[in-house]
Amino acid sequence: MYLTTVTTPTPPDPAQPDPTQPGRSGSVRSRVTANVVALGAVSLVTDISSEMVAAILPVFLVLNLHLSPAAFGAIDGLYTGGTALLRLVGGYVADRTQSRKLVAGIGYGLSAVMKPALLLAGRSAVAIGVVIAIDRAGKGLRTAPRDALITLSSAPESLGRAFGVHRAMDSTGAFLGPLVAMAVLALTADSFDAVFVTSFCIALFGVLVLVLFVRDHRERVADAPRVEFSQVGRMIARPGILRLLAASSILGLVTIGDGFVYLILQRREELGIAWFPLLSVGTMVVYMLLAVPLGALGDRIGLRTVLIGGYVALGLVYVLLVSPLHGVVSLVLVVVLYGIFYAATNGILIALAGPVIPEHLRTTGIALIQTGQALAYLVSSVAFGIAWTQWGPRIACQVSASAVVVAIVASLFLLRTSPNSDNPEDNTEEVAS
Amino acid sequence: MIDRLSLRTRVLIAISGAAALVVAAISYAVATRDTDLPLNHSVQAATLQGQRLLVVSDRKLATISATDPTAPRQAHAADCVRSYAAGDTTVCLRPKDAWTHTLVTMNGNLSDLKEYKLPGVPSRARVSASGRMISWTTFVGGDSYTSSGMSTRTGVIDTSNGAYLPSIEHFRVTREGKPYRAADVNYWGVSFAQDDNTFYATLATDGERYLVRGDFAAKSVETLAPNVECPSISPDGTRLAFKEAIDNDPLKGWRISVFDLATKKVTHLSETRSIDDQPAWLDDDTVAYTWRATDGVPSIWSVRADSTGKPKKIADNAESPAPIS
Repeated sequence: MYLTTVTTPTPPDPAQPDPTQPGRSGSVRSRVTANVVALGAVSLVTDISSEMVAAILPVFLVLNLHLSPAAFGAIDGLYTGGTALLRLVGGYVADRTQSRKLVAGIGYGLSAVMKPALLLAGRSAVAIGVVIAIDRAGKGLRTAPRDALITLSSAPESLGRAFGVHRAMDSTGAFLGPLVAMAVLALTADSFDAVFVTSFCIALFGVLVLVLFVRDHRERVADAPRVEFSQVGRMIARPGILRLLAASSILGLVTIGDGFVYLILQRREELGIAWFPLLSVGTMVVYMLLAVPLGALGDRIGLRTVLIGGYVALGLVYVLLVSPLHGVVSLVLVVVLYGIFYAATNGILIALAGPVIPEHLRTTGIALIQTGQALAYLVSSVAFGIAWTQWGPRIACQVSASAVVVAIVASLFLLRTSPNSDNPEDNTEEVAS
Repeated sequence: MIDRLSLRTRVLIAISGAAALVVAAISYAVATRDTDLPLNHSVQAATLQGQRLLVVSDRKLATISATDPTAPRQAHAADCVRSYAAGDTTVCLRPKDAWTHTLVTMNGNLSDLKEYKLPGVPSRARVSASGRMISWTTFVGGDSYTSSGMSTRTGVIDTSNGAYLPSIEHFRVTREGKPYRAADVNYWGVSFAQDDNTFYATLATDGERYLVRGDFAAKSVETLAPNVECPSISPDGTRLAFKEAIDNDPLKGWRISVFDLATKKVTHLSETRSIDDQPAWLDDDTVAYTWRATDGVPSIWSVRADSTGKPKKIADNAESPAPIS
């Protein structure tokens, strides 16, 4: 059962030929299944919705609601752990009930409903904090089932491209969001309410696209292995999975975060205020443009190589942050390398991990990896803050660059076997138990 | 069930769904159009007697009487969300479009002199007593709202030479007597002293919010006391009016208070409501501040600076008070 789906891009259903399945010839789309494109479309639409709100949220909270950011920020720290837990629970439930689409749909739906809820929350900092927390919980809930569906809908040899297409569409939505918000504000004489309502409508459309065009990956109940909680523990204990979890967490630990990178860049180049937002926009454009080519490259030369290449780019970013090279050249280099880092790691890691994780525990496994990375990010940003306080930003960056080298060597060692090699026997054993 | 629908049916449902949502969004935008609050004060040019305040009312500059809340207001055309005035300088933080703001300096007739770009969302603006030093604070959002909270950006403009310092975050910090640096250093609420070089401000780092005294020329600050935010120096230079977080927890609100620079003694004023504002001194015995009702409508109040007396309302529907002569 598992072996057949590994080599088939979509679940074969003889009674019902999939009309959304494009012919297998030529273009990018044809090598990526319709389900991946549908999931990409859902992400694109949803990111337009969420980024248009993100763009106006600070102005809305501070100038329209007159909330003090101090009060707002205090709520912020509370729910990182809760989101991580929910992601794991969601992943497990999606596997157990074989309803990845449903769990992802609940995640998208929750975030959609929170857009008008932001308007209804009024001026209460607590209510707004809760609404944003639920919005993030929705994001946490949907990520793992969505990525699991991508891996289950693609042939292993084109997973890199599949994730590339998905992430390119996702970041396109994030790029368009603020522009859509700008257009709505221009058309409505600066009505923030209209932005929230439009964002809500766009998010609902995203859910509609999900419901109509995304196909769940279900096995026939009789064939499906029963997912028990004990299997999760056994899965983690398997060497292939354990090494993957270790590698992704170690790599997560050397990621200091956008905030620090842009802050250091702004300080050392004494960037004008107008230029500052362009750093993240530039990074996102590079990410958007390179996601597909780097994913396809990963399918040809190996996903591990591209992933490691991404961390080499990250190491170079840290080196550039302390290098004597200044001015436009260094800025452009940092932005391009940072975009490469995102394009070569974000989807690629899951593409690499997918086939290693048994199919019936795919969502749980992906949720574990994503949670491990999220917690590693948290640790690394706190650690970088402490390093900055102790030694100053310069040495903190040098230490980070050295840490990247160590992490690259460690993950080369941890990911040394080809990801598919330890699958078949392990899996049958798992099914039998 | 949905999988049984033909592609054509699904596309049709998607298109009709999209159309319905577009109609919904547009109807909402049209229905809620032009529902701005009506101006609830008389717009007329009147000669105001006695002390006057420059304020922001309905996002426009206005001049009001500091003593008589019923006196007619003088409305001005300038759009501002925060303002302050001292000496010959008036400063106005002005929306440029829905999410960018600029700092505009003005002369005594409130006509624009110079415009400076601002990052983020305006929070505070101050001018030193002589009118020379301008300081501002804005809130800068995270990269996206999935990343954590907001930080502040505080900058200074020296009008004597037009020098624009977009941030003071690189100033050397002495924290409780020891040299200190951290990535999470944030400043807000600057107030310059008479010499136009010494300044007071809030420094937040490591979960604490300190009162700092800064030396602008030397680019350095030192912490003086914890839990003092948005200081405002008195005309005689001996005290700071500020907001103190109740139980050192901003979530519980702020108590408006006065800090004596010589004795470091803190006096709570008789205003007991939570005030989130940088106070302004009307004279050596009185401070004015903005109180915001739960519906968001601001009003300006004054209270004696020594814990006696009662808060007195100066103006409805107004904020950002600045005494002008």
